Amino acid sequence: MLGYTITQWLFGILSFLSIMFALMVVFSRNPVNSVLYLVLTFFCIAGHYLLLNAQFLAVVHIVVYAGAIMVLFLFIIMLMNLNEDTEPQRTWITKIIAGIAGGMLLFVLVGSLKGTEQLGLASYGSSQIGLVKNLGKVLFSEFLFPFEIASVLLLAALVGAIMIGKKEIK
Amino acid sequence: MINGISINYYLLLSAVLFIIGAVGVMARRNSIIIFMCIELMLNAVNLLLVSFSTLHNDASGQVFVFFIMAVAAAEVAVGLAILSMIYRNVKTIDTDVLSNLKN
Repeated sequence: MLGYTITQWLFGILSFLSIMFALMVVFSRNPVNSVLYLVLTFFCIAGHYLLLNAQFLAVVHIVVYAGAIMVLFLFIIMLMNLNEDTEPQRTWITKIIAGIAGGMLLFVLVGSLKGTEQLGLASYGSSQIGLVKNLGKVLFSEFLFPFEIASVLLLAALVGAIMIGKKEIK
Repeated sequence: MINGISINYYLLLSAVLFIIGAVGVMARRNSIIIFMCIELMLNAVNLLLVSFSTLHNDASGQVFVFFIMAVAAAEVAVGLAILSMIYRNVKTIDTDVLSNLKN
């Protein structure tokens, strides 16, 4: 098809969709719509992970982000009863300035990326490192200590969230 | 090249997603939307880490993304607890109203 492989078509479509949904997150006025568009963006990014042969990360990404984190966001929005009428808006001048600043940042990044084309990065065929088996071996041998520390971090976050969320500390 | 896609396209896609998140942080006043835009920026960096990990056939990048996801989950739990507490006390999460530390 027009000289492109199926992978390249998939990459193009997924990139277009993820950028569109990310833009809708920023531009939609209703916070609930923003959350739903962010979920769609995360699904597109999970598709990118699948294209990169990172199956384990794709599944974890959907479970953690779309399944846990976004539900938490939706729950908080429901509790605060946020909708289009209560949504605070910045003035147009601030939005335009933000857009200009972002555009200049993009200009600088793309300009610096132009120089990386001559890096001569090593390229390999379809890699198998993203599979659960190979990733698990690395995670539980080389990165065992950081993995255990991550559990302490999650415990600390759990206790911290409960302490902050309590009505008053006696 | 990763499966026939140059790494430059992944660099470009990650840069665009990161900047959409950064513009969202600057252009919105709702704290929850700002939080979501930070998540978007984290995901842009994650995508780039995974693509370079696949390019170099090195699993460390993907393990690092796994840790970033754990840290993001912890961050969201604590951050949303803080936001709900602020909402309970101030009755708003508008960032322009929450400027007590300014003076």
